Amino acid sequence: MAFIQAFGAYVPPRIVSNAELAARLGCDPDWISQASGIAERRYAGEDDSVADLAVLAARDCLAQAERAASDVQLIIVATGSEPRRFPGVASVVAHRLGLLDGVPALDVPVASTGSLVGMVVGNALAASYPVILIVAAEKMSSLVMREPLDRNIAILFGDGAGACLLDAERGAARIVDHALHSDGAFAGSLALQADGILSMDGRSVILHASRKLPRVIAEVLERNQLSAANVPVFLMHQANQNLLDAVARALRVPAARFFSNIAKYGNTSSASLFVAAAEWQASGGFQSGVPVVFAAFGAGFHWGALLAAGV
Amino acid sequence: MTDTEIRAKVLEIVKQFASENREPDATESLFDSGLLDSFVLPQVVGALEEAFHIRIPDADLNPRHFESLARIEAYVSSRT
Repeated sequence: MAFIQAFGAYVPPRIVSNAELAARLGCDPDWISQASGIAERRYAGEDDSVADLAVLAARDCLAQAERAASDVQLIIVATGSEPRRFPGVASVVAHRLGLLDGVPALDVPVASTGSLVGMVVGNALAASYPVILIVAAEKMSSLVMREPLDRNIAILFGDGAGACLLDAERGAARIVDHALHSDGAFAGSLALQADGILSMDGRSVILHASRKLPRVIAEVLERNQLSAANVPVFLMHQANQNLLDAVARALRVPAARFFSNIAKYGNTSSASLFVAAAEWQASGGFQSGVPVVFAAFGAGFHWGALLAAGV
Repeated sequence: MTDTEIRAKVLEIVKQFASENREPDATESLFDSGLLDSFVLPQVVGALEEAFHIRIPDADLNPRHFESLARIEAYVSSRT
């Protein structure tokens, strides 16, 4: 089991308000906020790449951890929006960060659950690679703001990147347990097709996420003789405020325990979990012995939860 | 449980979560008409499980099963 040492984040400076987006999509800005809880999101520049965003978040994470790039022994990069099929961005990000020659770089092309998958994989590999940098970066605007525009999808997404540094021996929190699940029967419900069109059956996604997330969180907690009532903070993929509220309701905990910054950034897919974690950590973060649950759900369907405890 | 009893109970559940106090047509899309939205669907499904003492497996969590009163009734009938 590994320790979480630090988080990092980067969001592009350009703010796209609901009013600006609604004018482009021909819809009511109030409808956007009611349907999603999103007030604004960030869009990267036209020339910015997924790797550009990833590198900036990774540097922030290394700075937060007071570690050098040369300390990193494995890098894992999650994204669902990198346009190049292969090679993935991981080796590019490793090179640009100046990691030591030969350091392995793994791609996790899992979209929204990618950052959580990266944490679980990193945790499992920490015995062999004691310092692991996990990065999640998405340029969703390049997918959702292309013709033909789908307002039900376009309103939700934003660009951003986050990162997490795991260390086998020390950190702010210890990873206690985790659970990952997948169900390919609904792979078509949320998919980036070969032609670059992002398709989403929102009802299917919400229905499954609302049922599977509380279940997997309970699975991990029960295995560790905990209940949701014992957990003061849940850090979840920022998909939609209504989903965060629904999961809190299903677990019978106050919605305020689910950290939320979706109003500012929208759904940044895999990046959202680390962007949320970085903001939460900056406002106080882990406390000794206090459990924190991470959770994510997304295309695949893939979903999971991870339990950590402050050191 | 008779078809009439199932129909009455399904209608009662849908009305509990509907945005308007009216009785939809049997084949009317509850979502396209705005009577239900995506975020109450999980609650509707939970209420159906409780009311009919059934466990709806994940494989059956297809929104089309819950698109209209008629479809919900058909699905519930197949499970009771």
